[in-house]
Amino acid sequence: MEYLLQAENIVKKFATHVALDGVSISVPKGHIFGLLGPNGAGKTTLIRIINQITGPDSGSVLFDGQPLNSNHVADIGYLPEERGLYKKMKVGEQALYLAQLKGMSKSEAQNKLNHWFKKFEIEGWWNKKVEELSKGMQQKIQFIITVLHEPKLLILDEPFSGFDPINTNLIKQEILELKEKGSTIIFSTHNMSSVEEICDHIALINQSKKILDGPINEIRDAYSSNLFELQFKGNMIAFTNALWTGYELLEQEEKGGINKVKIKKISKQSTNNLLEAIIPHVEVVSLNEILPSMNDIFIEKVNEINQPQKEVI
Amino acid sequence: MSKVGLIIHREYFTRVKKKSFLLMTLLGPILMAMLLIAVFWLGMKESNERFVLVIDENQGVLGELQNSDGITYDYQNINFKDAQRLFNESNYTDILYIPPNITKFDAASLLFKKQPSATVLRAIEWRLEEKVEELKLIERNISKTHFYEIKTSISIKPSKFTKAGESKEIVEEASAVGFVFGLMIYMFIFMYGVQVMRGVIEEKSNRIVEVIISSVKPFELMIGKIIGVGLVSFTQFLLWVFLTIILFTGLQFALFSDVFEAANVMSQMQMTPEMMQGMTTEMKLAQESGNPDNLINKIPWGNALTMFGFYFLGGYLLYSALFAAVGAAVDSETDTQQFMLPITMPLIFAYMISIFIVQNPDGPAAFWFSIIPFTSPIVMMVRFLASGEGGVPIWEIVLSMALLIVGFVFTTWIAAKIYRTGILMYGKKPSYKELWKWLSYKG
Repeated sequence: MEYLLQAENIVKKFATHVALDGVSISVPKGHIFGLLGPNGAGKTTLIRIINQITGPDSGSVLFDGQPLNSNHVADIGYLPEERGLYKKMKVGEQALYLAQLKGMSKSEAQNKLNHWFKKFEIEGWWNKKVEELSKGMQQKIQFIITVLHEPKLLILDEPFSGFDPINTNLIKQEILELKEKGSTIIFSTHNMSSVEEICDHIALINQSKKILDGPINEIRDAYSSNLFELQFKGNMIAFTNALWTGYELLEQEEKGGINKVKIKKISKQSTNNLLEAIIPHVEVVSLNEILPSMNDIFIEKVNEINQPQKEVI
Repeated sequence: MSKVGLIIHREYFTRVKKKSFLLMTLLGPILMAMLLIAVFWLGMKESNERFVLVIDENQGVLGELQNSDGITYDYQNINFKDAQRLFNESNYTDILYIPPNITKFDAASLLFKKQPSATVLRAIEWRLEEKVEELKLIERNISKTHFYEIKTSISIKPSKFTKAGESKEIVEEASAVGFVFGLMIYMFIFMYGVQVMRGVIEEKSNRIVEVIISSVKPFELMIGKIIGVGLVSFTQFLLWVFLTIILFTGLQFALFSDVFEAANVMSQMQMTPEMMQGMTTEMKLAQESGNPDNLINKIPWGNALTMFGFYFLGGYLLYSALFAAVGAAVDSETDTQQFMLPITMPLIFAYMISIFIVQNPDGPAAFWFSIIPFTSPIVMMVRFLASGEGGVPIWEIVLSMALLIVGFVFTTWIAAKIYRTGILMYGKKPSYKELWKWLSYKG
């Protein structure tokens, strides 16, 4: 797999605490990479290092195979968690200014802005002062400014905070569209549910250490608890007999002639074996694997790490 | 345009386009002119009309004082105590009490309801002196003509003898001009230093700062802001000078033409011995140097303006970097007090010490404070003009300028470190101890 960004063994200490302790992440090209962790885990510090806002005490960052340097500023778009705009400045003027700071020429920025303003149907905002806009409107402008220079790497720190559901959806669509066009996106959040929908890869950071990473499917498989939910029509006794020793019945429920059961796989049988065994006896309506949510994994993993410490105390 | 250029451009134009800038620029000289007019006007309007009750205990040997300059003397033969008792009900403005044997003691007293101006007091004194002198002359049997022939008043013109062997005259106005220049440097450093600080706080509290420093280095943002605001201050300064010149030229024609004429007539008038006698040495000097030619010709304008430009710029850069650091360290303007104090102290001190330096521009205080970069922008400016051209040795000027450059490079370096860490710190107000730690953080 080709990586756009590789951070190796990053260490960053502050006066009173260690923000990052030997963290390495590899962000594959063209994917959405979720950077997860509770508040204060060190996500923002890592992002600031990637943005060259601050430097690591040790460790290295490669961008597109080269050591990170100031030329890469133009290839990165950053939407920080703490974000805002000059309140007294006009929207258009401000967007042009920030785009030029990213290295775009004025005319290029003007063209692209026209395109985005048309797309979001906000042409009328160009000459408004930022303070005249609602918070959600300001967030939209901010998003446009972040992606305007079509960066190779887009870093979004809690991008949905402050958006209403409609705009959240709009921005989500835009993020997916940017991915289609080939952008690589680092998506930092502590909100796990949004991760499952759009991320391909994740890294989980807790207390300044990376505790988990990989493609999201693999992680979920690794954390799968071998639980299945099965719905069928037919005789319950015949079904339990057919289950044999490969599965254990955990819960059962009948509703409107349909039996719903929760079973746990205890042998190495595949689900096909299970179906072969029960199809002769009952009519299968559905079979689903119960996968742990990222939220469950997150909590489990974090607790796993915090537990021993608690015992010591 | 480079990124710093873009930042300078934004900082400059957002400020210059503000209505408040336009207002300040226009109102500054107008307010100043109005203030001056008010002072002139009040000064002219100030009634010197005094109705003075004179109680002379010298049995008429002194003769009566002549009314003049709006002062009317009224002689009444009453007791000083009775006069005081009736004073409040009377329409006299003052009581002049001339005690017996005035020729021995040379002292009289004046009671007033409303304080007389110095001019009025001088006028009364002159009149009285004149009479007492006359009396003394008669007592000693000396003719008045002889007396005026003999009476001498010497004025000494102090000139500094420089190393090069030239003598340089000390021009009183130069000190005043130096003081005004010093005041302007002080004012502009304050006004625009605070603007830099506000700008930093604005970016911090808007939370836009992180977006910007993901595109440019914090140092570039800081220096761009400092230069941008500095250019605004230069613009305002030049506009003020320009507008003031226009305004004053206009006013000179419109309002003060008669005043100027009167002044010219006065200076062309021949001095009679009596007038000469009435004038103190001080007055004569004042009149001599009050000649507008002195202001224009005797001040080394070229050098003074070059010095002003340099110290204005150097002082601004030195202090505004510190103001930027303060802005970065706090979350809101209300928190700035604690950190402002160590910055404003040397500034205010420099301004205050200038008052003494005008008196003694070659003393040790003048030397040290015109060398130390935190006070030199104001003190050297005052000292340079107060001690006359060539009065301050070249090496001292060069040392002072070099140290000022070193000084602002140093404060900018310190400020950049505090700034870089401070702009991303929210929530708590740091202590001095923490600021010290910030200095050691790696980029």
